[in-house]
Amino acid sequence: MSEQNLFKVTIDNITIDVPAGTTVLQAARLIGGQVAPPAMCFYSKLEGSGGKCRTCLVEVSKGSEKDPRPMPKLVASCRTTVMDGMEVKNITSEKVLDARAGVVEFLLLNHPLDCPICDQAGECHLQDLSFEHGKADTRYEFQRRTFKKHDLGKHIQLHMTRCILCYRCVYTADQLTNKRVHGILDRGDHAEIATHIEKSLDNEFIGNVIDVCPVGALTDKTFRFKNRVWFLKPMDAHRDCPTCSGRVTLWNRGDEVYRVTARKDQWGEIEDTPDGKPGWICNVCRFDKKETSDWIIEGPREISRQSVIAQGHYAGNIGTTKPNETFKAVNDGRTPHLLMDIHDESEVNQPTIHLGKIQGPSHGDTFNTNNTHKA
Amino acid sequence: MGVKLLLDKANVPGIRTYEVYRREGGYRSVEKALKEMNPESIVEEVKKSGLRGRGGAGFPTGMKWSFIAKPEGVPRHLVCNADESEPGTFKDRYLMEFIPHLLLEGLIVSSFALGSHDTYIYIRGEYAWITDILEEAINEAKANGWLGKNILGTGFECNIHVHRGAGAYICGEETALIESLEGKRGNPRIKPPFPAIQGLWQRPTVVNNVETLAAIVPIINMGGEEYAKIGVGRSTGTKLISACGNINKPGVYEIDMTISVEEFIYSDEYCGGIKGGKQLKACIPGGSSVPILPANLLLKTATGETRYMNYESLSDGGFATGSMLGSGGFIVLDEDQCIVKNTLTLARFYRHESCGQCSPCREGTGWMEKILHKIEHGHGTIADIDLLWDIQRKIEGNTICPLGDAAAWPVAAAIRHFRDEFEWHINNPVLSQTSNFGLQHYADPIHVPA
Repeated sequence: MSEQNLFKVTIDNITIDVPAGTTVLQAARLIGGQVAPPAMCFYSKLEGSGGKCRTCLVEVSKGSEKDPRPMPKLVASCRTTVMDGMEVKNITSEKVLDARAGVVEFLLLNHPLDCPICDQAGECHLQDLSFEHGKADTRYEFQRRTFKKHDLGKHIQLHMTRCILCYRCVYTADQLTNKRVHGILDRGDHAEIATHIEKSLDNEFIGNVIDVCPVGALTDKTFRFKNRVWFLKPMDAHRDCPTCSGRVTLWNRGDEVYRVTARKDQWGEIEDTPDGKPGWICNVCRFDKKETSDWIIEGPREISRQSVIAQGHYAGNIGTTKPNETFKAVNDGRTPHLLMDIHDESEVNQPTIHLGKIQGPSHGDTFNTNNTHKA
Repeated sequence: MGVKLLLDKANVPGIRTYEVYRREGGYRSVEKALKEMNPESIVEEVKKSGLRGRGGAGFPTGMKWSFIAKPEGVPRHLVCNADESEPGTFKDRYLMEFIPHLLLEGLIVSSFALGSHDTYIYIRGEYAWITDILEEAINEAKANGWLGKNILGTGFECNIHVHRGAGAYICGEETALIESLEGKRGNPRIKPPFPAIQGLWQRPTVVNNVETLAAIVPIINMGGEEYAKIGVGRSTGTKLISACGNINKPGVYEIDMTISVEEFIYSDEYCGGIKGGKQLKACIPGGSSVPILPANLLLKTATGETRYMNYESLSDGGFATGSMLGSGGFIVLDEDQCIVKNTLTLARFYRHESCGQCSPCREGTGWMEKILHKIEHGHGTIADIDLLWDIQRKIEGNTICPLGDAAAWPVAAAIRHFRDEFEWHINNPVLSQTSNFGLQHYADPIHVPA
């Protein structure tokens, strides 16, 4: 990219140079952190996606260097390309935060919130979004919508009630498979993902719709109700696959492979393979290769998203580094004084009392006689 | 009698047929345009006329035409938007049903101006019989050399295709219409790119309303400057108004935009007054999506000036005290009409017609309908009114296409001007099921909930 094709764009007062044709959302992702607007429907690996969920709305306070007029409405940052000198407000704009809170409320309006039994829980974008931008309760007091159940075949489970109609799976089927058999039926709030009429999704790449689904609407039938994702150990692995790149993440517990997914980056999107193509994986890798012996394990997967999966232990090099500072070093050499240092205070540790002689359950009064700290 | 440009020959017996239409001076504009003018001068003429899009938004047509991209070797298209589905609007239907050749004439001239050799009429699915009328008219025009190859020996080729929709209001939005015409699901596209750059099959496309294209005929015949002398200010020419509701003479009227709203409602030439001698309560002046106005704000603006039937005067005062001319669907409500029920009806329509693509519109329209249903049936609370206001505020402006705005505006305006009636409904849950709020008291017209 030559020099003159770099556009200067300022997002939340942070200026960055990006190539022409970059969208505001992608520019914000380059800055990272809170500046990047959330995206539920945009998927950079899928052409034509985005613009639908409206969570990534931003305010353009200055159109460009040439035309400094602000844009009259909030714009979807995923589908707005940057102009030279553009100034964008994301989290610094009250209007944006207000609209975003509204969108989150709309998205959750008919969502069943069945996270406790949903396989997506823990890696769900809607969970993250509502945690960051949503309210604790809903103002909706009507019955949530339900759908007639559709069977999508032996691999993919559809929970239409959870769907937020992001169209990602439709674009995936359009762009990865040669014939799409599912799509959106009906319109408005009764629009649903379905096949016409009752077909199964059996293309060899159709399993990728599970990876692109931001919620638990499309889940892996071979993993259904088997385990919670945060109990599993994500491991990078690969195999020599004749149809796909074969680069996957295995989700293990012990030696058992519970599920196989494509490798996802910090935005929850499919990672590129070293040759720069999106690392979609085939159904054989995803659904059939469930033995550790099928795979060459590369090592633990680094999970950098702020999800419950990363809460455990998988960020950084596990087991190889030790913390530089110990508690004692921080405390000027003193040993930590616990707030409830019952073992020093109580008579339990005093040899004069034999625990067997305490009749019944012990009570605070039992130890009170020797409790020097109490006046 | 005001000036009539479109409907002046509407009452001539047999005007639907080619012979009568031609005898009455039809297709003169095609002769003039193709023989004496070139595409650029036609666009200039339309710019001079000040014609504004008659579909609702009122965007200047000449400007829209000048935006069309002209890349080498890429065909351009003109699409006629005949998907007239807005409740209260039926002007295009009248025009196409009775004078189909007027639309064809406008289409041929416009196609010549824009360089479109394949021009489409996207007609509403429910207008099945009009499709037949249009196709018959196209066959007649083709037989007489006004369509097809080498029109009037000028070498210009133009074909008009009629495409029937399948009954979706959203397909009246220009990008959804294009998607539908391409055979896809009628979801609005995300703009930019605008249709003038990438429209039908990624080619530069102009989408115009039926009435706009019909108005091209008098503009070419009389010249843009002459046309601009009719009307007032930036509201030039004549406008078809489809009046309905509680009036004595519902129907399609051609007005020259200088008459006052009061004259339009009460004069015998037009609506002929409120039916049964009742009182005017409110009016939706431009099709169901524009804000409703109470009688006092309809006849006079907030500053006390007379309100006229034109773009500027009707939108005087913004949405706080004004409305829009929109598509010209003039819905009059008398004292016996219930605003809550009326708003519920509109909300139900928009919920049903939302395409479901973007979340605020998909979820918000359904939510508003449910709350209005609750209020209408006597189960509402005062908090519901504020909730409705908050929902419409979060839909408006945050959606892909204007359907979200169209769904939000009627609800917002009803609460803005008739909050009293909503409160009365809530406070009298039993009484409101059998009797009507009537004309008791208008809410403060300037009152805008925070």
